[in-house]
Amino acid sequence: MVLMEAKLRVERASKIYAGKSGPVHALDDISLDVAEGELVTILGPSGCGKTTLLWAISGLHALTGGRITLDGTEVDGPRPQQTGMIFQDANLLPWRNLRQNIEFPFEIKRKPVDRARVDALLQQTGLTEFVHSMPRELSGGMQQRASIVRALAQNPEVLLLDEPFGALDAFTRDEMNLLLLRLWQESGQTIVFVTHNISEAIFLADRVVVLTPRPGRLAHIYDIELPRPRTIEMTFEPGFIELVQDMKRTVETGGPAVLEVE
Amino acid sequence: MSNIPSELRDDIPTFDDQQSSKGHGPIDWTGLTSMRTAKSALEIGTIVGLALAIFFGVEAILRWTDTPTYVFPKPMDVVGVLWDQFGPVFAHHLWVTMYEFLAGFAIGASIGLVLAALITQKPFAEKVIAPYILIMVVTPMIALVPFLRLKMGFGSWPLIIAVALASGPMVMLNSATGFRRTDLAKIALARSYGASTFQIFRKIRFPLALPMIIVGFMVGSIFGLLTAIGGEMVAPSEAGGLGERLVYYSSLARMNEFGAVIAIIAALGVGIYVLFYFIGKRWASWEA
Repeated sequence: MVLMEAKLRVERASKIYAGKSGPVHALDDISLDVAEGELVTILGPSGCGKTTLLWAISGLHALTGGRITLDGTEVDGPRPQQTGMIFQDANLLPWRNLRQNIEFPFEIKRKPVDRARVDALLQQTGLTEFVHSMPRELSGGMQQRASIVRALAQNPEVLLLDEPFGALDAFTRDEMNLLLLRLWQESGQTIVFVTHNISEAIFLADRVVVLTPRPGRLAHIYDIELPRPRTIEMTFEPGFIELVQDMKRTVETGGPAVLEVE
Repeated sequence: MSNIPSELRDDIPTFDDQQSSKGHGPIDWTGLTSMRTAKSALEIGTIVGLALAIFFGVEAILRWTDTPTYVFPKPMDVVGVLWDQFGPVFAHHLWVTMYEFLAGFAIGASIGLVLAALITQKPFAEKVIAPYILIMVVTPMIALVPFLRLKMGFGSWPLIIAVALASGPMVMLNSATGFRRTDLAKIALARSYGASTFQIFRKIRFPLALPMIIVGFMVGSIFGLLTAIGGEMVAPSEAGGLGERLVYYSSLARMNEFGAVIAIIAALGVGIYVLFYFIGKRWASWEA
């Protein structure tokens, strides 16, 4: 790792939920640094606490142990001025049309709508002509693009994505990944992206953080050396496929010795 | 960690279908829209034709069998009475009933709605109050009217109170069902942008509850109308009302006037249904 002031620092994060059938150990002693402008993906099977970790970073969930700092100060609640969140299944409000959904965060923050920025993002995502549509009239991919516009319109420094393309078909997923990379290359946010899709995790990332399930522990952190801009063709190369297989083994076996990040 | 939104603190973030908007559809507005507006000339022709056939068919049978009016009024005569006496007689009684109904419903529905919004925030309070709401829903409030008459005299208030007591719990029961739907992901979305508890209520919980609130208003208003007219039949005010007219005309066997009042009441009921149908279509169609 290049020695750099971490934008986001997760220090020995643990989380235990008081579940109905006894406590659920979701996260166990996870430490992680994310540099400014870095794109880190968190990879793991269902139930490994990926979402919990992301919600803790966003300030929506408290940790049971450890702490998370953003720009050196502890995250103790949502930081709407700094952090933007993209959820599973787009999470649009079904009673609002696309434009009203995109303007929702402005309303909550009681800020005037940044028309120029919203329109530019709509243009880039190809949604301009659908602004008056209701969410249920749109495909899953379009809904998720709208939710990306909703988050990026706030110009967040840190963008957190929680399995955003998990419900989409493979073709739409590729298209969305390319769109995300293009938008990221232009604006340079720090991105933490949670996924259970190995190929997606490698394709997007500077680094892939692999977690093991129950409790979520750090298995390994992979540095991804693929050049940018990335293309779908890269995912067909032998090196890429080997890496996918290696990560699959890491997820299954708990992985090689934990690589300390410091 | 003081700023962590409390409603998210102890839940494992899951996005099961029953928590997403797809899962909660206790009401289906498509059911109400099954009576779609007719489109083709054939459809409109058939609908109007059938109505006319029933109207004049009944008329013809009654004439042909020479049925006396006190047994069954002829549709033409009822329309004639309605036309002649609406202004001088029926309009006054319609207004009396509407006044009792609207005043009672306004009081009952607003109390019911506010109570539902408050009570669903406190599960404990909800458990304590729920049995009483259930008792009020299942008890016909018409039964209270004679008692209220005794206490409060012959003005409109006993009926207004009965209407409020009949419609309020109905609105509350349905609205509470609406407010109880919590969509964790949508609340998290709003919280992530720094929404206050009031903003969460206004922009997430209330719109989420609105389809059920509208259902509550529809059912509550029909219960209210029932209570207003039933109450007038049992113990009318000095001013009368449509229910009082029903008893009056039937006691004199004036079946033409009786039929006219029935027609007015039916029109009132249909009007309420149509009103809420359009409100539902406008404000709750996203759930269809």
